[in-house]
Amino acid sequence: MSATDTDAGAALPKVRADYLPLLLPIAMALIALPFIPSGSTWVTLTIAGLAMGMMIFVMASGLTLIFGLMDVLNFGHGAFIAIGAYMAALVLVPLTGWMQADSVWLNLAAVIPAVALAVGVTGLLGLAFERIVIAPVYGQHLKQILITMGGMIVAEQILYVFFGPQQIPLPLPATLRGSFMIGEAAIEKYRIVCVVVGLTVFLAMLLVLNRTKIGLLIRAGVENTEMVEALGYRITRLFVGVFMAGSTLAGLGGVMWGLYREQVNAAMGGELLVLVFIVVIIGGLGSVTGCFIGALLVALATNYIGFLVPKLALVTDILLMVAVLLWRPRGLYPVTSR
Amino acid sequence: MTSRFMPLSGDPPRSKVLAVALIAIALGLALAPFLFPGAKPLNVAAKICIFIALAASYDLLLGYTGVVSFAHTMFYGIGSYGVAIALYGLGARWDAVGLGLIVALPLAALLALVIGLFSLRVQTIFFAMITLAVASAFAVLASQLSWLTGGEDGRSFRVPEVLQPGTVFIPRDVLGVAVTGRTLTYYLVFVCCVLLFLLLLRVVNSPFGRVLQAIRENPFRAEALGYRTVVHRILANCIAAAVAAAAGALNALWLRYTGPDTSLSFAIMLDILLIVVIGGMGTLYGAVIGGTLYIMAQNYLQTLMSSLSTAAGNAGIPVLPQLFHPDRWLLWLGILFILSVYFFPTGIVGKLRGGSG
Amino acid sequence: MSELLTLSGVETHIGRYHILHGVEFGVPEGQTTMLLGRNGAGKTTTLRTIMGLWRASAGEIRLGGARIEALTTPDIARAGIGYVPETMAVFSDLTVKENLILAAREGEMDARRLDWIFGFFPPLKRFWLSRAGTLSGGQKQMLSFARSLIEQRKLLLIDEPTKGLAPAIIGALIDCLREVKRRGATILLVEQNFRVAQEIGDTVSVMDNGRVVHTGTMAALAADEALQHRLLGLSLDTHQ
Repeated sequence: MSATDTDAGAALPKVRADYLPLLLPIAMALIALPFIPSGSTWVTLTIAGLAMGMMIFVMASGLTLIFGLMDVLNFGHGAFIAIGAYMAALVLVPLTGWMQADSVWLNLAAVIPAVALAVGVTGLLGLAFERIVIAPVYGQHLKQILITMGGMIVAEQILYVFFGPQQIPLPLPATLRGSFMIGEAAIEKYRIVCVVVGLTVFLAMLLVLNRTKIGLLIRAGVENTEMVEALGYRITRLFVGVFMAGSTLAGLGGVMWGLYREQVNAAMGGELLVLVFIVVIIGGLGSVTGCFIGALLVALATNYIGFLVPKLALVTDILLMVAVLLWRPRGLYPVTSR
Repeated sequence: MTSRFMPLSGDPPRSKVLAVALIAIALGLALAPFLFPGAKPLNVAAKICIFIALAASYDLLLGYTGVVSFAHTMFYGIGSYGVAIALYGLGARWDAVGLGLIVALPLAALLALVIGLFSLRVQTIFFAMITLAVASAFAVLASQLSWLTGGEDGRSFRVPEVLQPGTVFIPRDVLGVAVTGRTLTYYLVFVCCVLLFLLLLRVVNSPFGRVLQAIRENPFRAEALGYRTVVHRILANCIAAAVAAAAGALNALWLRYTGPDTSLSFAIMLDILLIVVIGGMGTLYGAVIGGTLYIMAQNYLQTLMSSLSTAAGNAGIPVLPQLFHPDRWLLWLGILFILSVYFFPTGIVGKLRGGSG
Repeated sequence: MSELLTLSGVETHIGRYHILHGVEFGVPEGQTTMLLGRNGAGKTTTLRTIMGLWRASAGEIRLGGARIEALTTPDIARAGIGYVPETMAVFSDLTVKENLILAAREGEMDARRLDWIFGFFPPLKRFWLSRAGTLSGGQKQMLSFARSLIEQRKLLLIDEPTKGLAPAIIGALIDCLREVKRRGATILLVEQNFRVAQEIGDTVSVMDNGRVVHTGTMAALAADEALQHRLLGLSLDTHQ
C-alpha cells in the first residue's frame, strides 16, 4: 500500500486482467488433441462439448446471479429446467406435423411458440416462487436449502401427476436434423444452433451487466447489498427481476436440453441440478463469466473423457470441481464478498 | 426425580408429553415381535429402529454442529454394502459380518475425514452443494462397480444361521408367537440401535458436544475462544458417519439384501432430512419421535392413499387419482416438509418442550 | 440553531446483545458534530442505526422533524443522508466512474461538482476508469467520500474516515471537509483521532457503553484537559 498518493507521484500497480481462466477451455481442447486418434473425431467431440457447455451455461447463469446478488440458494432451480422442457413438449407434441415438415417456416412456427411458452411459464413461476416461497426466508440459508429442496420435489411430483412418469419424446425439427461435413468431421446442425444461442445469451448478459445501470446495480449488489441500499436504491425490487430472469433462463436451458436429448422426463431437473451446481461452484458464485468457462470446461471434459475413458465420464465433473477448488478455493472468479 | 439418569447422559426429555411418548415408543419397539405379530409390522419396527439411529447421527451433524451435508446416505450405504459384500463373498458366517464391519466403519470415518478436510477450503454453502455432488457420484460408482456391488440389482445373501428365519427357538404354541432367528435378528437390531442412540446422547452431552453447540451458535466466537472449529467439525463428521455406517450394516442384516435403492438413494437422504427437521433439530429425541411417525406414515399412509386414489378414480374425478396415487408419496412429503420448515422450525420436540415451559 | 437530526431514547439490539441503551443527542444544522468515544462505545452502531442498517428497537430518530427510525435504508438515504461507512465499502468490481455513477442517484453527474471533487482528490481523476479494487486504501477512502459528495445531501454520516491512513491523505480529507462545512453542510462524524476532531468539530457528543455521556461544544472540551481525561482516557496532546 503506497504511502502518499494525493499527488501525481503515486504509481498504481499495473492491473493485469485475470485472463488465465479464459484460457482453460482452449487449453483443455488442445491437451485432448494428441490423445484423440482422428482429427475429425476431435472436432466432433469439441463441438459437442461446446454445445453442451452452452446449454449448461444457460441453465446455470441464472443460478449464479441469484446466489451472488440475493444470497439465495435455490435448490429448486432444477424444477424450472424440467418445467421449461415440459412446456415446450406441450406445444411441440401436438404440432408434430409442423416439426416434421421440411420447411424452416413451419418448424419455426412450432418452435417459437414452444420457447415462448416455456420462457413465459417459468418466468411467472419464478415470480411466484420468489414471492411466496423464498421471500419469507431471506438470509436463513438452512431454511432456504430445505424449502427449495421441498419445492423441487413437489414440482417434480406435480409433473408426474399431470404428465405421467414416462419419458415424452421430443424429436428435433426436420430442418435442424442431421449434420454437415467439414472434411471428415460430422457437425450436427442442432449443436451449432445451441452454440449460437448460448453465445447470444452470454453476450447479452455481459452487455446488460456492464453497460446498463441495472447491470451496475446488480454487480454492485453482488458485492455489497447494504451499501447499494445506503446509496438509496431499493434493491429488493431488483431481486424479483433477477430471480425471474434466472428461472426463465433455466426454462430456456431446459428446452434446449430436451431437444438435445430428444426426450423430456420429470427427473431431468434433479439430475441436471447437480451438474449446474458443480458448474456454478467452479465458476465462482456470482460470476457470469466464471459460469461460462466452468460450463465449457465441464462439458468439454465430459465429452473427451467419455470418449477416452467411458467409465470415468460420470465422475468427470466432480473431479474437475475438486481440481479447480484446490487451485482457487472460491472458484475461478470469486466475485461476492461471502 | 433425578435428572442424572445415567444412560441418558444428563439430557432428559424435559417435557412430560415427550417422556411419555419416548417410553411408549421404547416399549413398543422392545416388545414389537409380541405386540405386533406378523412380518410387515416387524419390518416396520425394525426400520424404525434403524432410522432412529440413522437420523440421530444426522442430527449430530445438522442439529448440533450446524453442518448441512447431503452425503449422509453414502455412509449408510458403505455400512450396508460392507456387510453385504462380505456375507455374499464369504458365506453366512459371523466372521464375514465382522469383516464387513471392520472394513466399512473405518472406511466411512475415513471418507468423512476427507470430506471434512475439504471443508477447510470451502464455505458452508459450497460444502452443501459439494456433498450433493459427491453423493450422486458415489451412487453412480456403486451401480457401475457391479462386479463388487451387484450393480442395480444389489446383493442378496444369507445371514448366519442363528439369525435365519428358518431357525426356530421357541415354537409358536409356547408363547403364542414363534421365536425364530428373525426375532433374534430383530432384537439384535433393536439393542444395537438403542446403544447407538445412547452413544450419540453421550457424545452431544460431553464437553466435546458442548463445544460443537458453541460452534454452531457462533463459529467466530468459538474460534476466538481457542477451539479449533474445523477439528471439531471433522470429528463430528466422522462419528456421525460411523454411526450411519453401523445403521447401514444393521439394515443389511435385517433385509438380507442391499441395493442402491435401499441404501443409497436420494429418497433416503430426504427421509432423514425430513425426520430430523420435523422431529426437531438439535434434540436427538427428535429423531426418535420423527422417525417413528415418519416410518409409520410411510408404510401405512400409502395404503390409505391407494384407497383414496381408487375411490377418486371410481368417482370419475380428474387428476385426483394421480394426486393420491401411492407412488406420489413424495408429493405430500414435500408439501409437509415445506410446511414444517415454515411453521414448526423447532420441530415436534421443540414444540413439546416449549409448551411445557 | 435548530437540530437537523435528533435521537431520543434510541435502543439497538443485535441478536442477544443490547448495544445502545437510550442514546440521546442532536446534530445542529449547518454544523459538524463529532461523535467520540472509546472502541466499543457504540459509535458505529449509532450511525448504522440512523442509516437503518440496524433497526432501533426503541426510541425516535428525527431528520428535519420527520421520524425516520422505521424507514428502510433506501428511503432513509433518499431522505437526504449520505453515508461513508467505516469499511469504505467501495465496489471493487466497478470502476471509479461507475462507483460515482451509482452514487449520483438523481441523474447525471454534475460536471462542476465532479471537478470540485477532483480538486481535492486528484487520484480519482487519474484512475477514473480503473477498477476500484485496485486502488490503495487512501484512494478508496477518497472514493467513498466522493460518493457522498457527488450530490448535495442534507446530512453526511461519516465513520472513522482517517483510520489507518497516512497524514498526507488525512490532510486532503480534512481540507475537503472544511470546504464542505463552508458550504453549509451538516455533518455527523465519528472519529478516534482527536486532532482531526478538534480541527473540524463544532459540537461534540461522547459515548460510552452505548450511551451519550457528554454533550457540548468542541471548544469547551478542547480547553478542559481534565474532562478529556475523564471521557476519553487520554489528554489532547498524547492522543495523536
